[in-house]
Formats: sequence, structure tokens, C-alpha cells
Amino acid sequence: MDGVHDMGGMDGFGTVLPEPNEPVFHEGWESRVLAMNRAMGAAGSWSIDMARFSREQLPPPIYLAATYYQRWFLGMRQMLLDRGLVDADEVAAGHALRPGKPLPRGPFTRNDVVRVLTRGTYGRPAPAPARFQAGDRVRAKNIHPRTHTRLPRYVRGHAGVVERVHGCHVFPDTVAAGEGENPQWLYTVVFESRELWGPDADPTLTVSIDAFEPYLDPA
Amino acid sequence: MASPDDDHDHRHEHGSELSATQLRVRALETILTEKGYVDPAALDAIIEAYETKIGPHNGARVVAKAWTDPAFKRALLDDASKAVGALGHTSRVGDHLVAVENTPKTHNMVVCTLCSCYPWEMLGLPPVWYKAAPYRSRAVKDPRGVLADFGVTLPRDTAIRVWDSTAETRFLVLPMRPAGTEGWSEDKLALLVTRDSMIGTGLARMPGEIA
Repeated sequence: MDGVHDMGGMDGFGTVLPEPNEPVFHEGWESRVLAMNRAMGAAGSWSIDMARFSREQLPPPIYLAATYYQRWFLGMRQMLLDRGLVDADEVAAGHALRPGKPLPRGPFTRNDVVRVLTRGTYGRPAPAPARFQAGDRVRAKNIHPRTHTRLPRYVRGHAGVVERVHGCHVFPDTVAAGEGENPQWLYTVVFESRELWGPDADPTLTVSIDAFEPYLDPA
Repeated sequence: MASPDDDHDHRHEHGSELSATQLRVRALETILTEKGYVDPAALDAIIEAYETKIGPHNGARVVAKAWTDPAFKRALLDDASKAVGALGHTSRVGDHLVAVENTPKTHNMVVCTLCSCYPWEMLGLPPVWYKAAPYRSRAVKDPRGVLADFGVTLPRDTAIRVWDSTAETRFLVLPMRPAGTEGWSEDKLALLVTRDSMIGTGLARMPGEIA
């Protein structure tokens, strides 16, 4: 979706503010939000792309005003409500009013912790040969799905060169829609700065994205 | 303007210092626990791991090893997940880790314009600035301006390559080894490797910058 989360190239957000000796969490509740999100995901309630899409769908003024972990909290609460894992009257009461529903991988216990500390694997067997190889010129499609996609706006319609082929990966666009893994070839595609940002761009700059095959046409 | 924290402000209702967000998070955890979905002790264990075990020291050891062991460096640049996994001394590493090398000719910098993708197992949880709009918006368009915000100036003819983490691949920058560190041990070299140098918004420390 063409949301405010897709920030690449936008102006006006100001300077980057590094924080010396930044703590891992600034407030205790942030750590609880992180842990709940990871735990419920590991219990099979949602995939990482569903979680991303839940945050992208926050209204733009909320998304922009929220801190990072506030976004995580709001997205997670919505996913729990959407799936019927928690009901609105329970959120209002601050307590469970009825028993939980079965989770796809069961309740999250201490034995499951090690699983969330290592990233999952997203590589899958290839259903078809790769359409592109390193060195090929490609053009990012000018598409504007209303649903989740990992093709940022700033490259759409622009031509680049395939630099690496990463194999076949789970396709976020269909996973987030609940339509399955639908594995697709994944490529690193490199764009010249002037192709993206026009004649005044820094000529020493190149930018790459990792693009799934359905995002690309031959150029 | 609408704020994520302004529909019930419990601070006034209860005369407490707890923020509305803090209360809501606590209530949701209570609900998830009462419904039997999560064990709070398991949540504690996740948090403890990110607070004490998983952080930039993991990546720093990998970089220091690459600086001293050419065969490991080649393996790392060829398949970082495999090379780091074979080391065994760091936390387990997932698939799809890609290491990219800074040289006098090319400086690499990593961003996630769409959310906050970051090599957690190598660097821990990302800093606030990495997840915030100024960095996510500008890194792909004005990386030299972003580097200036970090006090870093590169030669004008150094090529800058920005990697936008748009898939489940994760990128670790291998910074340049500082001069004057010949003969140093891996442990000592690791002290020069900052988190920002492995994101590409900083350079490794110079030998005189550590005690």
C-alpha cells in the first residue's frame, strides 16, 4: 500500500539524532511489547509480514506520532482483535473474560524462547527457473497494490541492474494477505542515483533493493 | 493532532505516574497470560537475551576475525550465514545474512526504508534513529548528509552504496581496518568495531580512541 511507512526519499523529517550510550529499551513496557509480539508470532498467530502490514495500516497521523514500540503495540492489538484471540470487551476490562483459543503452535513457553532468538529461514525450493541473472537490466514495475508489498515507491518505474540472485524466497505480498508462501526468486537490483533522483543527484551514489521477481520487468 | 497516547489518560484518573501506554501494555499482557497464550517468564527470557546476550559485540567479533583471517573473510563475503555459523562462538545466526566490505573506493551503508529490518543476531536491536523517519527517508537520497549528522565525512570520490533491506536478507558492513593495528589480537581489534561502523553510518575507531 502507498502508506507513510514507505519513507525512502521523502523530505522534511529533519536530521538524524544519534543517542550516545543508548539503552536497549528506554522504558520497561517497550520490552514487554517486543516480547509479546515475538511470542505470539512464534505461537503461529501471525507471520512477520502480517505484523508489518498491521503497522502500515495505522492511520498516517497515528503512525507518524507514535514511537516505534507504540506502533508495534497498536499493530499487535489490532491483529489480536482481528483474529478473535482477544475481544474488545477484554481490552476494555483489562482482563480475560473467556478462555483462550487454540494457537497453531500452542502456547508460548520457556522452551520456545530459543526459537525466537534465531531468524527463521525464508528460502524455499524453486517452482520455476529464475527469469533473470546477474548483469541483466530490469525495470521495477509501476504498481500500486492496496495491500502489503516490499517494493518501495521510490524505485517504481525505474531501471536498474541485477547484481545478485538470492534464490527463491517466501513472497511477502501473498503471505501478508493470507494467501500462502507463493515462493518467488529474489534479486539484489542496483539503481544509479540519477535514475532515481534526477540530474542533481550525487553521482557517487548507487542504491539497491532486494526485489522479488514479480516486481520486475526486463528493461 | 491525534496522538497514539491520548484516548484514556489514566495518569489523571489514578493519580499515577504510569503512562497510558504503559497501563495498556500491562493490561494486554495480563489478558494474554490469563488466556494461556504466553508464559510471562518466557517473555522475561526473551528480554533478558536482548539486554544481555545479543548485541553489537557479536558482530564486532566477526569483523575482527575477518580482519585477521583472510580465508574467513572470503568465506564471510561469499556466504555470511554459513561463515558465522561455522564460528560457533556467537549466538546462532539465521539464514540470508550478507556481509559487504568497505574499501577506500566504496563505502556501504544499510537502511530499511519500509520498516526497521536489521541484523539482530549480529547487532542486537536497532537504535531508535535507525527506525525513525529522518534516517529511513534520507539514507537512500542524501547519504552524505546523513553521514554528516554522524560527524562522518568521506572523500568526495568515494562511491557510496546504500543497501535498502526490503526482503529477509540482512546486511552487515565490514568496516575498513584502521591503520596502526598491525599485530593486534582479535579481542583487541574487536574493541575498535562500533555498531555504527557495521551499519555504515560510522567508521571503526582509531587505535588512539581506546584506552
